[in-house]
Amino acid sequence: MCSCYYSSVWLHVNTGECNLASKHVPLQYLITLHWFETLFLCVFQRMPAPIRLRELIRTIRTARTQAEEREMIQKECAAIRSSFREEDNTYRCRNVAKLLYMHMLGYPAHFGQLECLKLIASQKFTDKRIGYLGAMLLLDERQDVHLLMTNCIKNDLNHSTQYVQGLALCTLGCMGSSEMCRDLAGEVEKLLKTSNSYLRKKAALCAVHVIRKVPELMEMFLPATKNLLSEKNHGVLHTSVVLLTEMCERSPDMLLHFRKLVPQLVRILKNLIMSGYSPEHDVSGISDPFLQVRILRLLRILGRSDDDSSEAMNDILAQVATNTETSKNVGNAILYETVLTIMDIKSESGLRVLAINILGRFLLNNDKNIRYVALTSLLKTVQTDHNAVQRHRSTIVDCLKDLDVSIKRRAMELSFALVNGNNIRGMMKELLYFLDSCDPEFKADCASGVFLAAEKYAPSKRWHIDTIMRVLTTAGSYVRDDSVPNLIQLITNSVEMHAYTVQRLYKALLDDISQQPLVQVSSWCIGEYGDLLVSGQCEEEEPIQVTEDEVLDVLEGLLVSNLSTPVTRGYSLTAIMKLSTRFSSVNRIKKVVSIYSSSIDVELQQRAVEYNALFKKYDHMRPALLERMPIMEKTASNGPTEIMQTNGETEPSVPDTKHLPLVTQPANQANDLLDLLGGNDVVPVIQTTLPTKPASAGGELLDLLGDLSLSGGLAPAPSVPVSQPPFLLDGLSSQPLFNDTSAAIPPMTAYSKNGLKIEFTFERANPNPNIAVITIHATNTTEADMTEFVFQAAVPKTFQLQLLSPSSNIVPALNQGSVTQVIRVLNPQKQQLRMRVKLTYTHKGSPVQDLAEVNNFPPQSWQ
Amino acid sequence: SPGTVLETHCTRRQNISHIRFILIQNRAGKTRLAKWYMQFDDDEKQKLIEEVHAVVTVRDAKHTNFVEFRNFKIIYRRYAGLYFCICVDVTDNNLAYLEGIHNFVEVLNEYFHNVCELDLVFNFYKVYTVVDEMFLAGEIRETSQTKVLKQLLMLQSLE
Repeated sequence: MCSCYYSSVWLHVNTGECNLASKHVPLQYLITLHWFETLFLCVFQRMPAPIRLRELIRTIRTARTQAEEREMIQKECAAIRSSFREEDNTYRCRNVAKLLYMHMLGYPAHFGQLECLKLIASQKFTDKRIGYLGAMLLLDERQDVHLLMTNCIKNDLNHSTQYVQGLALCTLGCMGSSEMCRDLAGEVEKLLKTSNSYLRKKAALCAVHVIRKVPELMEMFLPATKNLLSEKNHGVLHTSVVLLTEMCERSPDMLLHFRKLVPQLVRILKNLIMSGYSPEHDVSGISDPFLQVRILRLLRILGRSDDDSSEAMNDILAQVATNTETSKNVGNAILYETVLTIMDIKSESGLRVLAINILGRFLLNNDKNIRYVALTSLLKTVQTDHNAVQRHRSTIVDCLKDLDVSIKRRAMELSFALVNGNNIRGMMKELLYFLDSCDPEFKADCASGVFLAAEKYAPSKRWHIDTIMRVLTTAGSYVRDDSVPNLIQLITNSVEMHAYTVQRLYKALLDDISQQPLVQVSSWCIGEYGDLLVSGQCEEEEPIQVTEDEVLDVLEGLLVSNLSTPVTRGYSLTAIMKLSTRFSSVNRIKKVVSIYSSSIDVELQQRAVEYNALFKKYDHMRPALLERMPIMEKTASNGPTEIMQTNGETEPSVPDTKHLPLVTQPANQANDLLDLLGGNDVVPVIQTTLPTKPASAGGELLDLLGDLSLSGGLAPAPSVPVSQPPFLLDGLSSQPLFNDTSAAIPPMTAYSKNGLKIEFTFERANPNPNIAVITIHATNTTEADMTEFVFQAAVPKTFQLQLLSPSSNIVPALNQGSVTQVIRVLNPQKQQLRMRVKLTYTHKGSPVQDLAEVNNFPPQSWQ
Repeated sequence: SPGTVLETHCTRRQNISHIRFILIQNRAGKTRLAKWYMQFDDDEKQKLIEEVHAVVTVRDAKHTNFVEFRNFKIIYRRYAGLYFCICVDVTDNNLAYLEGIHNFVEVLNEYFHNVCELDLVFNFYKVYTVVDEMFLAGEIRETSQTKVLKQLLMLQSLE
């Protein structure tokens, strides 16, 4: 305020005007005034001391809106910037602290980066401390100034005060770049050997960071690790174990080297458990649980795939498992780590059962965290220790009702893994109940799981169909697209249940036509078995009375309903058409078909036009074309690429190829006209029989029929040209439906070179003996993992090959594990199996590629 | 995008599991502490903070204290209005880290004498000191509360 007054006086004096107050002021007086004025201005215009951190925080917190806060911050940033420009050492620390606070709120602070460096270089501890904090928050590897810190850190690592050394170690350990680590590794290593335990702890973890950044430097720290475990100080022990763990996980050589430490680790763990109350590291009565957990983890790594080490730790693991207090989370944390270790090493079966029982007890715990970890672990072990996990089945099923979504999901996965022939009925009841009430995100997976389980273990056909019905009616819209053809095939093959099935499906349609998969399956069935429906032939339950017209009403209703998708409409139109040979009301059907031949939907239109043509020009073929479907054999289960075969009666086998595409197509319907006759799986069949005539609407059908000599009625299948691919021909040789016999075929070594060995094991595909199922096992005897491993195979033209996905693409070193992959080879002409394989992988950093021929297949694999 | 950064880091370090970051946030999403043990840009950090906040505040007492987050998982616990979150690898021991969080909070409580959010706000640089005394390089470093408190008091006397 003063300055304003004086400057206004100054102004007035300058312009020669005087205001009323100073009208009669003599000149000398004015000159003195001027002198005072400048003095005051100097004082007032120099920057005031920057405000304290606390005050800034308080001020910012009073801001009521985001805009107000931003304004305050901008103002303060400007003040800080000016202060930085003045190179004022006194307030730098305060300013940087304020800058860091504002940075935490989300505002940019990069102009303070250099200031942090200056603080680090200062001698005052308070400066260094804020400087290092600033470095950790503002300076990451990507900043250019990052490297400038190296020298400061180096000096500070050798500082006389341990707290300064600590700061330097901490900063290096949290965000040191690879170059910095390389430069300073020596200093860290020195500090690892110091007697000061405060520094040793920090140095150990700093070393961990260095190793992570520059793995080659690991060797450097080896000498310092010699006596790490004989430390009494828990903190040093803890960080040493972490360092050892990191080294062992990174390098198989180190792992071998440190295996000899197992007895020492076991002893330390024993002391921890047996020793009395140790107040410094006690948590709820357990001495240093964190150290126990880390030791258990290190033991796990050391004992993995090594019998001797695993044996040496058996006792202590059993002891920890039985003696640890389970009333609080901390005890359970230790138990959990113990279980993980037991499951990973080569433990004896008694110990494994103990571990699974611990997990079972966890499931009953009130704490949902513990239930969650138990379910996660059980899921991992259910394949290997199936029987032991089965014992806890009822508890697992109870977890389906848990409130937490992740627990429910794991319980569901685990439940499906536990379903077998003995418990299928009970389990399915629970799972169907779950399906009814679960969240939508689960429904698709649950439905698929139910179908899979039902297919594997259904106690009876009727039960199977009922289960499918239940899923379709309760979760029908969540069912996966590929279940529709699977279900249709299942129904077709359950011959004695046709009447029952169609009746139930019809009734379901009357209730609800919104769930598309249900509607599609139902329309297909009605089209196929409509005659059974109206004749009331059902044995399983009370047959319903329904007329042909009622059935046609329902199907036509689907055609016009808004709820029906185009795919569904296709299904219902075809179903209506099929009924023309099963029902007597042919005229009605003819009318419907002709109406739709001018439908806007191109797909429907084409179908209608072709059916129309069938009525008009090829009526003599209609009965045969629309005959009952034969039983279909399935050679692959629930895979996206199914190899469908027909094993039917000779007469309608050829025309049935027209039906197959319609059935296998539903989900992947393209509007491509040509696709009508070419299904995903049946392309090879059609391609060889279709002559190359120009495509035209309805033309395809005629071409197919025109190609085969059908003039004198239907020719039996053998007259079909020899160039036809194996699928059809195979289906016609006499084969029982489900072939159970598969003589054991000896395994063989397909490839063995440079430490990589690939073994083939065989089994016959059930039920088609023309398909050999080969499982490859790839193992690696070298000391480095083979990563990015890819196995490719090629076979001669008379064969067909299908490669399923591999178990992983890393072949672990020293035979610690194997990669498996399944190959299916179709060999209908029973030719000698030959294969060319191509292997690519990365070994010790360099890519490797090899080609090889495999000719030594045992005769039983292809005969 | 943070997703790809985290994923690349994941594939590069196959078996190694450690802490990726520690966050303290309040219910409104204001960060009271952010300690990163991996390299991120400022924007990536901000995005991660927002995502963690979104994922964690939506959960209540009937959920577990673990939540899957991209290729990792977050162990978290709510103390009054603050969420303490630690991001670790999927293979890490959830229960042990839960204990780690509690240990950390107990130290804060002791150091600030019945700590409340404002303590953490006005003394944010001291909170970082506590973190750096108990964690380093993404690992738990010192677990003894008495030892940590002793060190903190020593450091304080140097100011």
